Amino acid sequence: MSIENNNEFRPKIVAFCCNWCSYAGADLAGSSRLAYPADVKIIRVPCSCRVNPMFILRAFEKGADGVILCGCHPGDCHYTTGNYYARRRMTLLFSMLDYIGVENGRTRVEWVSAAEGVKFSQTMNEFVEKIHSLGKNVRLGDLRCKN
Amino acid sequence: MQRIGVFVCHCGSNIAATVDVKKVAEMALLEPGVVHAEDYQYMCSEAGQARIQAAIKEKNLTGIVVCSCSPRMHENTFRSAAEKAGLNPYMVEIANIREHCSWIHKDMEEATKKAVILARAAIAKVNLNAPLKPGESLVTKRALVIGGGIAGIQTAIDIADAGYEVDIVEKTPSIGGRMSQLDKTFPTLDCSACILTPKMVEAAAHEKITIYTYSEVEAVSGFVGDFTVDIRKKARYVDSDKCTGCGVCQEKCPSKKSLSEFNRGLNTRSAIYTPFAQAIPNVPVIDTDACIKMKTGKCGICEKVCQAGAIDYQQKDEIVTQKYGAIVVATGFDTIKLDNYDEYAYNQSKDVITSLELERVMNAAGPTKGHLERLSDGKHPKEIVFIQCVGSRCADNRGKSYCSKICCMYTAKHAMLIRDKYPDVNVTVFYIDVRTPGKNFDEFYRRAVEDYGVNYIKGQVGKVIPQPDGKLLVQGADLLDNKQILKEADMVVLATAIEPNPDVRKIATMLTASIDTNNFLTESHAKLRPVESPTAGVFLSGVCQGPKDIPETVAQAGAAAVKAIGLLAKDKLLTNPCTAKSDQLLCNGCSTCANVCPYGAISYEDIEVNDHGIRETRRVAVVNSALCQGCGACTVTCPSGAMDLQGFSNRQIIAEVDAICR
Amino acid sequence: MSHVNKAKQIKEISGVNPLKCMKCGKCSASCPSYNEMDIKPHQFVSYVQNEDIESLVASKSLWKCLSCFACVERCPRDVKPGKLIDAARQLVVREKGQTYLSPDEVPELLDPETPQQLLVSAFRRYRR
Repeated sequence: MSIENNNEFRPKIVAFCCNWCSYAGADLAGSSRLAYPADVKIIRVPCSCRVNPMFILRAFEKGADGVILCGCHPGDCHYTTGNYYARRRMTLLFSMLDYIGVENGRTRVEWVSAAEGVKFSQTMNEFVEKIHSLGKNVRLGDLRCKN
Repeated sequence: MQRIGVFVCHCGSNIAATVDVKKVAEMALLEPGVVHAEDYQYMCSEAGQARIQAAIKEKNLTGIVVCSCSPRMHENTFRSAAEKAGLNPYMVEIANIREHCSWIHKDMEEATKKAVILARAAIAKVNLNAPLKPGESLVTKRALVIGGGIAGIQTAIDIADAGYEVDIVEKTPSIGGRMSQLDKTFPTLDCSACILTPKMVEAAAHEKITIYTYSEVEAVSGFVGDFTVDIRKKARYVDSDKCTGCGVCQEKCPSKKSLSEFNRGLNTRSAIYTPFAQAIPNVPVIDTDACIKMKTGKCGICEKVCQAGAIDYQQKDEIVTQKYGAIVVATGFDTIKLDNYDEYAYNQSKDVITSLELERVMNAAGPTKGHLERLSDGKHPKEIVFIQCVGSRCADNRGKSYCSKICCMYTAKHAMLIRDKYPDVNVTVFYIDVRTPGKNFDEFYRRAVEDYGVNYIKGQVGKVIPQPDGKLLVQGADLLDNKQILKEADMVVLATAIEPNPDVRKIATMLTASIDTNNFLTESHAKLRPVESPTAGVFLSGVCQGPKDIPETVAQAGAAAVKAIGLLAKDKLLTNPCTAKSDQLLCNGCSTCANVCPYGAISYEDIEVNDHGIRETRRVAVVNSALCQGCGACTVTCPSGAMDLQGFSNRQIIAEVDAICR
Repeated sequence: MSHVNKAKQIKEISGVNPLKCMKCGKCSASCPSYNEMDIKPHQFVSYVQNEDIESLVASKSLWKCLSCFACVERCPRDVKPGKLIDAARQLVVREKGQTYLSPDEVPELLDPETPQQLLVSAFRRYRR
């Protein structure tokens, strides 16, 4: 993204969704036609615990402005305990990111069940709005990755 | 380099109305590896699939991306289409441009841009895909049932009727479990033994069922379809083949002071004993703690009186090792210890008893031969008080937080039976709530009140005070009349909470089956998979999964049997190929991955490596692909980056991230 | 102070969450002063939950509770009605401006009119 077309800020947002609950929740949001900004791009993972903190760092390095991780509600994980691992890992990662200057608002964990299309869409709208208020992410970006 | 084909679906106008599908196909062609791109009205239709198959063959494609609806909808359709054209089904990726794009965006330019990016991510991923093959594992056509109560017996009979071999392992000397201790059953009041013993006999006589009583599961290894189990057959000191079950040894045994486990310690038994008259097998065991011969070497009366020559003081424990395809846990329950409830004077008075003890008192084969009498002085009681929710629904650490479910009904049953048999006895029940969901349950409870004159009082009992004259003073509250009640009773019966059999922890650990904070085994899904443990090949039957009455237990036992049969009916198991895989060169054998694995799928083995000419032995992780469900918890926890998930590898996900952020 | 605030204060002082009550009545069944009370121990919990503090403060029960804490010991839900009563007494005492009490002052205060329970609970709270 260059300075010229920066007048309208279009954030890059990566959403990791677990296959069993949140991806299905996103599908439901789609089939219910519940709009959220096109800036959100979803990556399907088997479980929220599959998301390596490295993936999130990589996203910021490559210029993402926000990363959100969605999984099954606590206690509902398809793999019994995966989302608990994810919750712990992300708590640590996000506090570290905050420490190095990536604001807490740029990262988020949300539990979205397969029935919560409305919640998925609302969450994404809120998240995008938050990223808009934070503006472009300048920390962590790898200068070598700039076009 | 992959040769990738991209197929963009219009989905009628569902996609094409908001996404410029031609543009998506055009842009896809610019991506690395893409050698073919086309769009079509309905990709999932037969014609659409034919186009994909033709392209695979003509262009010699090694991977395809279908830009269409959600993979949850048609991933399998496109995978099998690809497979028919000779392409490995795991070389197919779906870019979801319907639910995640065309349906939620209105602006065509914006939606097209997003669709291009989603396609790009899928192309980046498929570039790194590798052909995967579902694993196969053989199924041992034999089931193990742990626990020989009504749950275990029913499960075993159902599995055996389907033609599979079943072994029942029961810890006590006889099958029958808790149900054999009951006198009558609600809500029909039929005699427990009359309906249970035929089942016990059926199980024992079934040619496909082997019963190991007085035995315990010692070790479990293996995985779904192929468990190996060590069963310890404890020494009975009686030869089962020779014993005729005549019972003379029990009559003549001079050591008769051991408390009878079957009668809940209310009377005594001999050192050589069968727990109850209808025991199966009808072969006694010698209690080595009580046997005079075992303790002092002098006695041997049972050996002398046994005409069959079945007594064998030299018998040793025996370990039986057997292979199983499925394991059903049916370990049942016990009542909680009442040591924390001093206020009910259970340890102070013999006339304060638990409901399970009352079952024995009411039973014709019990310690009082079925006569209702006080255990302290044998007198006929005139006034009986029942206290409900003793140890159930407790938020403090004295009892259990859950409702034990069966107490309301059995208390109504006891009250009714007593009023029926002894109309001169007054029966009072102190209750908090009467919970009777179940067929004919509430009618049953109402009968106790309306037809049998049982006095139900809403309010818990605060204290039971034993009086010098042997009576029990019960201090309770009547919340509806707002009165405190002091009632003299001859007997007090406590509806004691039930808890899972304490041994279940050990068994769950051996099976790597998960357990909740109350020691109940966890089901795979609370609603949709209620009889399966999250550990593949392990099924749950009866109260080990949660409080249940007999009909529910039998229903669940049948359900567990069906699930086990479904597994045993397969010759081979196809396993999900998207499993974790450890790179042995990177693994340092730290065990972190095994600790987070919910399925016990990771084990360790020592391998010989040649590291620049230095031969050494290294401990490395090995994933059992039959057990691994592919959650990926281990991949993230691995400190050396050795663990990766096939189909969702680190490189693949990073490629997707890169493609999206580009 | 409004009755809502008073209810809140009682909950704070006692550390009791009345919503945990399952209305079993074991507190009333355990209470040695039950017959002397107009508002019974189990009702205390619902009065606080319903924020009807005026009735509580005006009740005889407030001064009939022996603070023996049998109800606290036996409550299966950890609601501790005795602590609620204790807290309600505190509230009354504090409103009268008698927030602090030293043992030296006690003899002067002793007269047949002072309910003994006031002293019991005052000492329980202020002996340290």
